[in-house]
Amino acid sequence: MRSMEIKIKGRGLIHGIAQGEALVTSQPISFLGGVDPKTGLIIEHGHEIEGSNITKKILIFPNGKGSTVGSYTLFAMAKNGTKPAGIINRKTEPIIAAGCAIAKIPLIDNLEIDPIKQIDTGDFVIINSSEGLIKFKKKET
Amino acid sequence: MKKPKSPTITKRESRTLYLTAEEEKILNRESGEAAATAMRLLVTMGEIFDADRLIPIKSAQISGISYKTIGDAGLEFIKDFSRLGAKTSVYTSINPTGMDLDNWKEIGIPEDFAINQKKIISALNEIGVESTCTCTPYLLEKIPKYGEHLAWAESSAVIYANSVLGAMTNREGGPIALASAIIGKTPLYGFHIKENRKPTISIDVQDEIKNELDFSLLGFYIGKKVSGEIPLINLPTGFINNIFLKTLGAAMATSGGQAIYHIKDITPESKDFKQEKLREKITVKRYDLNETKEALSQEIDPDIVFIGCPHCSIEEIEEISEISRGIRFVKKLYVCTSRHVWKIAKSKGYIDKIEKAGGRVLKDTCMVVTPLERMGISRVMTNSSKAAYYLPTLCKSKACLRDLKGCMNYAINGN
Repeated sequence: MRSMEIKIKGRGLIHGIAQGEALVTSQPISFLGGVDPKTGLIIEHGHEIEGSNITKKILIFPNGKGSTVGSYTLFAMAKNGTKPAGIINRKTEPIIAAGCAIAKIPLIDNLEIDPIKQIDTGDFVIINSSEGLIKFKKKET
Repeated sequence: MKKPKSPTITKRESRTLYLTAEEEKILNRESGEAAATAMRLLVTMGEIFDADRLIPIKSAQISGISYKTIGDAGLEFIKDFSRLGAKTSVYTSINPTGMDLDNWKEIGIPEDFAINQKKIISALNEIGVESTCTCTPYLLEKIPKYGEHLAWAESSAVIYANSVLGAMTNREGGPIALASAIIGKTPLYGFHIKENRKPTISIDVQDEIKNELDFSLLGFYIGKKVSGEIPLINLPTGFINNIFLKTLGAAMATSGGQAIYHIKDITPESKDFKQEKLREKITVKRYDLNETKEALSQEIDPDIVFIGCPHCSIEEIEEISEISRGIRFVKKLYVCTSRHVWKIAKSKGYIDKIEKAGGRVLKDTCMVVTPLERMGISRVMTNSSKAAYYLPTLCKSKACLRDLKGCMNYAINGN
């Protein structure tokens, strides 16, 4: 049976439309040193989603952390074709926002719900940050 | 993307950031792809921090330009930006690079590193950035004035500009200062607003603070103790100069992330704020500084002495050259400064004096951003707590702390 589509409002920061499978973590991500821009793999030792590939995913995490050079890592991923399709943050900060701005990754935060609690890895998510909303469908179980 | 409306100011969707018609045009690529990317960066920062508009800046200062820190990803971004026709619209300086741009071979910088570092610098030059390569842009010819808005990135320069000069800047990381350099504007939030600059905590220093290392340790202690606060520092009477203030702020920004401090009769704004309202008071004694030093300084037999974090002023180089007169260093001595100060020091004969004694004065770089781990250096003596903090993590090097005189004694006598 097809599950219901849910529509949620938020603050669209980098405008665009993206869709894909959700990859969700409750831990902040450092793109410098924490993600391999060549492969798209999370390489931070001990990270909740260590070993997961973020390429073409809708990546959902609370916020960025670490060096501001992390913005350039997102840019490198765009050039290498390993960038995520879109990013949803609980509340974003300058490293992720600047990275998405230069890598042209749709970015949205401040959703009406907590995306980390309500969306699971594998759910299908559409971001329309130009209109400040997301839609998602729970994966079929 | 929304089309610009008349009249001249438009509000973007339901948000609080207003853009002028001109700014909307830039965002809509009418001034090219690079300017649009720069504008998108500034608009995004404005939205994150609830700014209501962009304001003009007098100058920009860009960090993250050492190949060691930004690597290929940063190099690619700056090259692309330059290729897309990005041009600065205000005076823009840059942070130290990973090497002395002229004399990199002699200090053992690997050639592959040098090639990539030069690519970064020439791409920045094409954008219109000057190769100042210093963390002390306030020691260059164009010194910011009271009340001027800036978009500076280097944390030690930001805190100096706000606290000593009374200029107004946030700490602009990554590509954001570059975006401000191109647009000539910054979002109005944070330390651009007077209200956000007032002290929040009082620090009473109860013992004598006498040299640059004391000030550096004091800064590090305060930053660590009251991260997130704006300290009003009450110093005992004694001599104070800009060298002390430079190292105080650098250390505080390192350990606590502060962008401003207040010292009575030094910080131009300190008299504008009522002091009796401060809710909390912290006292600092000699014991606290000693403890800070012990935590940062390791028991080592250093292979090099490093002075110049932040970059040396002309007065510091003069002092080192006086000590160098007629002696011979038995340990390696690296003194780091800006190209600008280096030229003045050269013309006054200071550089020759230091180099005749066997020391080196490097421009454009500092030990912390050079590929030290690839140059066979792993034990460093310095007079800067900022350097002592970063050397172990950024350069896999051990560090120990002494004041300038102690450092020079070690370079001369080896103990």
